[in-house]
Amino acid sequence: MTALDLSRCQFAFTIAFHIIFPAITIGLASYLAILEASWLRTRQSVYLDLYYFWSKIFALNFGMGVVSGLVMAYQFGTNWSRFSEFAGSITGPLLAYEVLTAFFLEAGFLGVMLFGWTRVGPSLHFFSTVMVALGTLISATWIIASNSWMQTPQGYQILEGRAVPTDWLRVIFNPSFPYRLAHMSVAAFLATALVVGASAAWHLLRGNHQPAVRKMLSMSLWLLVILAPLQMIIGDLHGLNTLEYQPAKLAAMEGHWENSGDGEPLILFGLPDMEREETRFALAVPRLGSLILTHSWTGRLPELKQFAPRDRPNAAVVFWSFRVMVGIGFLMIALGLWSVWLRRGGRLWHCRPFLHVLLWMGPSGLVALLAGWFTTEIGRQPWTVYGVLRTADSVSSHGVTQLSLTLLLFVLVYGAVFGMGIVYMLRLIRLGPESNTLEEAKG
Amino acid sequence: MSIDLPLTWAAIILFSIMMYVVLDGFDLGLGILFPFFTDKDERDVMMNTVAPVWDGNETWLVLGGAGLMAAFPLAYAVVLSALYLPMILMLLALVFRGVAFEFRFKALDHERHFWDKAFIGGSVAATFFQGVSLGAYIQGIPVVGHAYAGGPFDWISSFSLFTGAGLLVAYALLGSTWLILKTEGGLQARAYVTARRLAWILAAVMMAVSLWTPLADSGIAARWFSLPNLVWLAPVPLLVAAVLSLLLRSLTRKAQLPSFLWALALMVLGYGGLGFSLWPNIIPPAISIWDAASPPQSLGFTLVGAVVTIPVILIYTVWTYYVFRGKVRTGNGYH
Repeated sequence: MTALDLSRCQFAFTIAFHIIFPAITIGLASYLAILEASWLRTRQSVYLDLYYFWSKIFALNFGMGVVSGLVMAYQFGTNWSRFSEFAGSITGPLLAYEVLTAFFLEAGFLGVMLFGWTRVGPSLHFFSTVMVALGTLISATWIIASNSWMQTPQGYQILEGRAVPTDWLRVIFNPSFPYRLAHMSVAAFLATALVVGASAAWHLLRGNHQPAVRKMLSMSLWLLVILAPLQMIIGDLHGLNTLEYQPAKLAAMEGHWENSGDGEPLILFGLPDMEREETRFALAVPRLGSLILTHSWTGRLPELKQFAPRDRPNAAVVFWSFRVMVGIGFLMIALGLWSVWLRRGGRLWHCRPFLHVLLWMGPSGLVALLAGWFTTEIGRQPWTVYGVLRTADSVSSHGVTQLSLTLLLFVLVYGAVFGMGIVYMLRLIRLGPESNTLEEAKG
Repeated sequence: MSIDLPLTWAAIILFSIMMYVVLDGFDLGLGILFPFFTDKDERDVMMNTVAPVWDGNETWLVLGGAGLMAAFPLAYAVVLSALYLPMILMLLALVFRGVAFEFRFKALDHERHFWDKAFIGGSVAATFFQGVSLGAYIQGIPVVGHAYAGGPFDWISSFSLFTGAGLLVAYALLGSTWLILKTEGGLQARAYVTARRLAWILAAVMMAVSLWTPLADSGIAARWFSLPNLVWLAPVPLLVAAVLSLLLRSLTRKAQLPSFLWALALMVLGYGGLGFSLWPNIIPPAISIWDAASPPQSLGFTLVGAVVTIPVILIYTVWTYYVFRGKVRTGNGYH
């Protein structure tokens, strides 16, 4: 492995671990805000029980997000110093805005949200919860703006070897930003809904039918029913945006090497081979690729062969990570439809096959989110700033020895710490919501 | 109208790092003091004094990093590459101690000792590597062109190891005066004793650094001991002596809030002294804040946000501390 490979591995490892926590944080924070609002409106204790239950899990998750995020804030400098020097004048301000408008908001109000029940009134407490939820969404907006600029850069010029912003609105509202933001936010909500739903399924399968458990199953499934199909539409729009602005990535996602000129197939499965420049064992539907992407029977698609080999992303990885994401997306839609059908006659609480499937799909939202992330990030290669700065020209000049050492440390520490964190989260979930705990705590 | 944007940004970054040092300083200090307080209930109380505020405190470090990247990308790139290993080790240590806040209360009884150790080890290591990074930074970072030109272990020196140890003392002092403020009874009584000892040790450390820095670096020596600087800097050591004596007097009189505030003031003075030694370089010894600054479009754009949000952040930070004011007692933990 070269120093570049090691730095890439370290970044991929640390961000893939990190991204799980903010995704759940985004979903749970909004869920908690809705639960507290429902409680304030209806005064039904079931909402308060759920709030208390999920806020403990939220706290664990948030702590892990903070510390793994701190690593990210410094890793651009430690490992990607030439990228930082080149693009820091653009990505730095976006990150600074994220800290100023989101991180402080979340951290500042989190204490009151978690520990302030007896110290502030109900409306001030609710306000704190809403501020935390708002903070998570603002945070996503800035970081997605920064990432999207790296994917589809605009609003800058290159002066003396570094990117200088010329129009901040164009920097932030770059072509892929709205699609990516919508896609990522909905992914975070879906991933959280599946975790919440699977937790409820676990309890129902063990005969725990208390109202709070049924309520969280119902709420999470309604979210799934609405958001899973919506996510497919957003994803399709995002794909069309990629077709326009990042054709090499799209060609890799489709495993499409060259046009036949007479309507292009959609390759369902196959093995893209970067050496042989073909997708082997392809199972393809004729003309469907053209139809989906160009809305015509004979539309032309971007071809991997139109890019020099050194400008191609690794199609074998991108092709498959994309299919994992889409496949899970279809399963989510199916699960949502099944749940609607089961609601008639109250079979939802008792249908064991359904509850088993839901339980097993608990982590699938996170898997899909990571697969999508791999698709878009590996699909951007060999660039850090698409078409402008190569990954090989972005990295700090560290030796293989010290990079191996730090990568090993990251794997060990993250494995141990976040492994235990997940164990603690599962333990809390297993305890389940309790009745009126908070009322007692408040005296 | 023209404002010196790099200067303004240097001030903002210095401010946020100072906020980090004083705020995360006392909660890291608790971790450093943890080995001296072995009772489980006492440890619960210590943890609970900072549980609602620690991640806000740590956010100032994120702002320092993000602000540096936004305003001085060259410094962000070069300094962090130069200090690669101590920075990564510090971040990993902060991972350990950050999760310990939550994990310790979720752990089963036989697991808790592990997170106690993670909290201690993480706090000590994070502080030590911050101090080491500071020392290495003061000693200067070789740059050729736009890149770090030194070796992977240049940060290790007797001076940087000393500043690492010195920062442990400083944070422990802050931690003990925080305990004086937030606890009572036996725990508080021991915090008074600890704080007094640490105050003396810190005074010795500050004196050593003040002598060592100019001896090791003729540029810094020239800055402090030339006229007219010598005249208006002469009060600085006197000020340190005055604050130290006020701190000791507050400790003797059991004045809780003044003890904490004078300890903070001592930190701020030490921080200011180092700042003056390096000014206006952002990559010591030769690259100034103006050499390393982002273009004005970036500095101006981000400044608007900073000017609007930082006062608001300070307001709700103060509010949070106000909400959680008063003593933390055994059993009224938040977990």
